[in-house]
Parts: sequence; structure tokens; C-alpha cells
Amino acid sequence: MDARADVLVIGGGLVGSSAAFFLRQRGLAVTLLERERVGRQASGTNFGNVRRQGRALEQIPLANRARAVWGRAQALVGEDLEFEPLGHLRVGWTDERAASFEQHARDVRALGLELEVFGREQLAERYGLFAPGIVVGSLSPRDGHANPRLAGPAFARAARRAGAEVIEDAEVAHIARTGSEGYVVETRDGRSFRAARLLLCCGAWSQPLAAQLGEQVVIEARGPQMGVTEPLPWAIGPSIGVSTPVKREGLYFRQVRRGNVVFGGGYHGPASTETGLAQVLPQHTLGQLQELRRLAPRFAQAQLIRVWSGVEGYTTDLRPVMGATGLPGAWVAFGFCGEGFALGPGVGDVMAELIDTGRSETPIEAFSPARFRS
Amino acid sequence: MTTAPRVVIVGAGPAGVRAAEALVQFGLRPVLVEEGERDGGQAYRRAPPGFTRTSAERYGADAPKADAVHAAFDALRPHVDHRPLTLAWNVAPRELHVVQEGQAQVLPFDALIVASGATDRLLPVPGWHRAGCYSLGGAQVALKAQACAVGARTAFVGTGPLLYLVAWQYLKAGAGVAAVLDTSPRRKSLAAVRGLLERPGLAWRGLAMVRALRRAGVPVLNGVRPQQIDGDDASGVTGITVREASGRTRRFDADAVALGWHLRPETQLADLAGCAFDFDPLTRQWLPQLDADGRSSVHGVYLVGDGARLLGADGAEASGRLAALAVLADLGVAADRHALEAPALHARLARLRRFRDGLAHAFPWPRGVARDWPDDTVVCRCEAVRAGAIRAAVRDAGGREVNRVKAFCRVGMGRCQGRYCGHAAAELVAATVGMPVANVGRLRGQAPVKPLLMDTREPADGTAGSSG
Repeated sequence: MDARADVLVIGGGLVGSSAAFFLRQRGLAVTLLERERVGRQASGTNFGNVRRQGRALEQIPLANRARAVWGRAQALVGEDLEFEPLGHLRVGWTDERAASFEQHARDVRALGLELEVFGREQLAERYGLFAPGIVVGSLSPRDGHANPRLAGPAFARAARRAGAEVIEDAEVAHIARTGSEGYVVETRDGRSFRAARLLLCCGAWSQPLAAQLGEQVVIEARGPQMGVTEPLPWAIGPSIGVSTPVKREGLYFRQVRRGNVVFGGGYHGPASTETGLAQVLPQHTLGQLQELRRLAPRFAQAQLIRVWSGVEGYTTDLRPVMGATGLPGAWVAFGFCGEGFALGPGVGDVMAELIDTGRSETPIEAFSPARFRS
Repeated sequence: MTTAPRVVIVGAGPAGVRAAEALVQFGLRPVLVEEGERDGGQAYRRAPPGFTRTSAERYGADAPKADAVHAAFDALRPHVDHRPLTLAWNVAPRELHVVQEGQAQVLPFDALIVASGATDRLLPVPGWHRAGCYSLGGAQVALKAQACAVGARTAFVGTGPLLYLVAWQYLKAGAGVAAVLDTSPRRKSLAAVRGLLERPGLAWRGLAMVRALRRAGVPVLNGVRPQQIDGDDASGVTGITVREASGRTRRFDADAVALGWHLRPETQLADLAGCAFDFDPLTRQWLPQLDADGRSSVHGVYLVGDGARLLGADGAEASGRLAALAVLADLGVAADRHALEAPALHARLARLRRFRDGLAHAFPWPRGVARDWPDDTVVCRCEAVRAGAIRAAVRDAGGREVNRVKAFCRVGMGRCQGRYCGHAAAELVAATVGMPVANVGRLRGQAPVKPLLMDTREPADGTAGSSG
């Protein structure tokens, strides 16, 4: 007799884990299948940004909803996710960036996100951190950063406590429709699970399973190039990112409470869904060190103690894939192109709402997989 | 053949020097990367310029061997591309990444010989994070290189030959030795005795050291369980308390403690190169796979000396030469020489391995101690992670593998990257999960091999930066 649930969630990243949690809150019977360990891939290895500004405008309502979930995440899951709502600061090297920051602030204000744009003097006064060449800053005061190593597993544990069945080491091989009653899903080791409804959210691993649902979405795996310094005196509040058209310059960093400065950005490294491994290329690390000290000269004497990467899924148009498939009762949410951590719990919330009610208060039409159907 | 094969050696200790010597002998000019200022490695560490202690004073009975390795290096010096004060911080396929005086460089190689040496293998003792606690190796370096003692009255704790050697060297140098506290039982097994008799001279020297320590009135205890390093934040270490095999608790006044349970190989470069590792049940640690000549599982990467297998300085010399001969054969430079010399080198290494196994039996890595650590014992000193947090990462968060536990509680995430807490963390995770330590995995190596200053300049030739 196959195990049966109302909803099968395939993929135990932050999206799947939070979706399972919110589905339980709505009273649905949920089974989550994770091919390895919950929250260990892109959800657990990313930078940890809880950022709304700088996104495509179509993402802002979703980002707002996600930010609201972050605000109550500790109460929801009963664990500290090290969410620090100390702000997100975007900085720029050029006057052209200053103009685009102003425009972006006007655009997102209409969507309910208030930004504060200021110049070199105020930057120096508030942070005293940046090289004089940094001419503009844009602060999103209520955003911040959290610990990606903790968030996904904490949502999965909370889902389990709320009654979801969370099964690790369950890699899905086949998804099939079973007439009118829904779906039967088989794992590589021969277990099968049935449910009327199904959510596919396997990040970079989603492409072959999405194809089984009739959605031809090309996903490319890329590895973010991350690093962390030894602990430095606690001095930086917000999460900070450089906005630039120059790939090499596009760094971001944040300081965790313990004092370490976590950074990433610039080029990507190779990543593979076959091995589950992603590399940090030595030349990328060296380039990041140079860019970081150009940006914040005080970092010159800090020491890098560790680098890491993870397997992130990128779509061809760099927009997420989220919504209903062409099959009844089958939904997808993947391909967040390196920007998924901040959205993750909001995506889980929206998908639970969609699966439960058939509609979402938050507009997500722009992310529909339908755009890839020929 | 248009260009000579490029061979890079990491480490100018006895293994690296003997490897370089063999390569030079057959006309190659290897790059010899050395993190320290001088050659000699740890065993035959050379004193800083201006220090006047003689070789015999520094190396004791090993002085002739140390002198020979130093002389070999001095003779090689014009024939190798020697890079002192150079850190090998990362490795990519066919290229070693180094940094020298703040300048990063890429060293392409056809063969890489890693002679990275070993560091102390440590276990937590409650209070070991206090000022005044050193590793045995650190205590020995202070004496050997700088003629300093780490304390006026030092307690030596742990097990293995280094425990007695360093205590004896301190005694001989006139430094106070509070006690020698060995966690191994005094009675040695048959397997231990059989192994130790492979090198009766060395075994005899060890026994003589124990006698000398006892004669000098130093308490030498066997089969102890360290309970607590006493002290406070203001004054650091004030003493150590152990439980004897009989169950009796004893305390020794001390202003410094030197700890160590044998050594552990520095395998970060091998790990970053992608070499496969196997669990060694005798010493309960993961070691890189090697063939008889020192080839790793990765083509073109050779591992020698204590950085691969802990056979001491003699083993380092032999394995360094052997791997270099394998490189010469593999690169087609000198195909026959390996066949000529390998049988004798293999036999020598086999004997050293039997002796090492004897040591591992005689001075075993303590089992079952992880259960004894109170929850407030600091296990990871870099990140101040206590035993209780590691247990919680297993019991509450469901971690059953060390990298997963690391992700949850930061153990091994600090600047030493788990060198000094990784084995202890694995034992604690295994004990908490209730699985053999072999089944909880090993901490994966991550670059940089050692902390890298942000003020590191990119290679000048524009190799940095790429389309990602």
C-alpha cells in the first residue's frame, strides 16, 4: 500500500520546507520528499541576504510577503534563525548608479517598499566604511540577513512538528498521473507515494522532473563564490551589496553577530547537479579580496578563513519559475537564480495558499512556467 | 619534448628535501615551496639566525640525521626554485596557488609532491582553552627554535612518544616538569611490543627517557583520565586534575599544560586536490589513499612524509625519495631508477609502518572519552563551541554526519578549520548518535589551507578573473 497524502512536496530546500509548514497550518496532510538532506544545497550555502531592493519590480510584492514571514519566522518555527533586520544597503560607484537608485526608490515606493537614498557624505557619516569612490547608497531599513544553514532545516523541523511527514534520502525518479485521483511518485529506491496534489521545488535539480510534468524549463547550475573572514569587531549592521554592471565588482557582504564578515559575488563557479558539488575557483577568491578592499579599505588586514559554494539553479531569462503547471493539481517553484533565500519562506507561504485555495493574494503571474511553452 | 616537466614540492622538511634531491639528481629543477623561513621542517627545524645552540643540543641523538638533511638542502639550493615564506593556499587541477609576501602566484605543475607535515592531534580537556595551554608540538618548537619553555612548571598530558620526548627535553633544558600524565595503560599489549621491537634502539631510548624523568622526581602516571585544567581568566592555568586508573583523583600544580595524542597529517591540500580518503581503524582517523610509492588517487598528485602517513622523519626521507622516483618514472624522465631503488625503500617503509602500528597499540587514541566531557567543555576553541552545542546539533537538529553538525553549530568552522577539534567532534557526534566514528564522516577541507590576508595581490599575468 503506497503512502498517501493530500500534497506531496518534492524538494526540501527552504521553499519546500516552508511550503510543507504552511500547508500543515492550513490543515492539509503533507509528505515532503528530499533527495538528500533538507536545506543543505542552495538554501544552506547561499549568502543569507534578506533583501527586497534591487529586484525586478515584478518580484517586489512577493519579496514584501516574504519579508513579513521573516519577521515572524522565529515565532513560527520556534528557533532563532539569526535574522538581523538591520537593513540592506546598496552602494554604487557612479553617478549613473545614483540616478538608477533614485528611480528604483520611486518605483518600489508605489509597491510598498520605502528606500532611503543618500550621497557620499552621509555614507561616510553613517558607516565610515567605504572608499571615497563610492558615491551613492540606498538603504532598505527593514531588510537584513539571516543564517542560511539554519533556516531550511528549522522550517522542515517545524513542519514535522506540525504533522508533516519529512522524508530524507528520498530522491524522486518518476512522477506519473493516476487518472482522476492525482499523482504517484516513485523514488530511486523504489518507494512510491500518492497524492492528489503536488509541488515540485527542487532548485537546480528541477529540470528533469518538471519535464515529466510537461514543462520544458532549462535550468543551469551555477556556484556562488562565498567566503568568510575571521571575526572582526562588530561594526557593520546592514547587509551590503554593490550595484554595478561590471560583473567582477558586484560583491556583497554582511557581518554576523560573532563578527565574521561573510561575502560573495562577482563571477560564478562551476556546479553540478550530478555530483551535488560546486567549486570556488581560486582566481575568483583573489578577485573578490581585491574588490573588497577597494570597496572597504579597512578590510585589507582581515584574514579570509574559509570559502564555499553551492548548487544554484538559473533559468534562461533569469526569472523564477513559480505557479501552476499545465496539469491539474501540479505546481512548481524553482529557478530563483541566486536570489531565492530572501523569497524562500514567502514562496512557501504563497504556494501553500495556491495549493489550498487555487489562488494567491500575491501576484506571481510573471513567473508562470507557461512562458516556456512553445 | 620541448619543456622540462614541472614538478612542485610543498614543504622543505625531510620528505620535501629528499624528494627535491632525487629530482635534481635526474636533471629537473623543481619548485620547492616552504611556508616557513627555513628548511628542515618540524623534526629538523633550523634555529633562527643568530641562535647559538648546537645541532646536538637541539636534536639530541638525531643530530647527525638533521645535519645530513640540512646539508642536502644546502647543496640543492642552487638547483631548485626555492620559495620560502610561501603559503600553498589552494590547489586546482594542474596548478598550485601560492602566496608569497602578499603576492599571489599560480604554479602550474605536471606533478605535485605534497610534503606538508603534521600537527598535533588533540582532544579537549575541560579548561584547555585557558591561557597557558599548548600542544606538545608547540611546547617543543618553543624549546627547539627559541630555547624557551612554555611555563616554569609544565604538566605534560596525552599519549605517544612525543609526550615523553618533550617532557624529557624540558627536563634536560632545566625547565620545570610538573608531571607526565599518559592516558595509555602502562601494560603494553603483545601487538604493541612486537611493533616496538622493530626499532629496539628507539624503544630503548624511550624507556631511558621515562627512567630519567622518574629519577628526577617527576611523577609519571599511566592510564589517567584528564578531568580538568584548573585556572581562571586572569591568571590562566594553575594546575591539572586527573583521575588515575585506580579511580583516585590527583591534582598537580602547573602554570602551563602541554597536550597531545600523537600527530595528525596535514591533508588539506590533498583534500582540495580531490584525493580520496579511507578511514584508518587503528588510529581512528581518515587518511588519503596512497599506493606503495606515494601516488594519491588523483593523477599527478603525490603525498609523502608525515603529511600522508605518520612514519616520522626517517619515513619522511624514504617516502620523499620514493615518490620523487615514481614521479621521474611517471613523467618518463628516469624510468629505471625507481625499479632499482624501490624494493629497499619499500622494505624500509614497511618496517617503519610496523613500528608505527606498535606505537599506535602501545599509546592508543583514547576511546569513549567523549561521553565524559561535560556540556560546558569547549570542543572547538576557534568558534567557542561547547560539547553541549554539538550534542544539541545531533539530538535536536538531527545531525548525524560531521559536516552537517558543523553547519548547525559551527564546530570546526573557525580559523584552524577543524584541525584541532575535528577528531574530537567526530568522536562526540559518533558517541551521541550511537554509531562507529567511521560512519559519521570527516570534515571536508575548504580553502584557504591557512588564513589568507585580504591584502593579497592577484597574479600579475591576468590569470585572475574569468567568464563565470
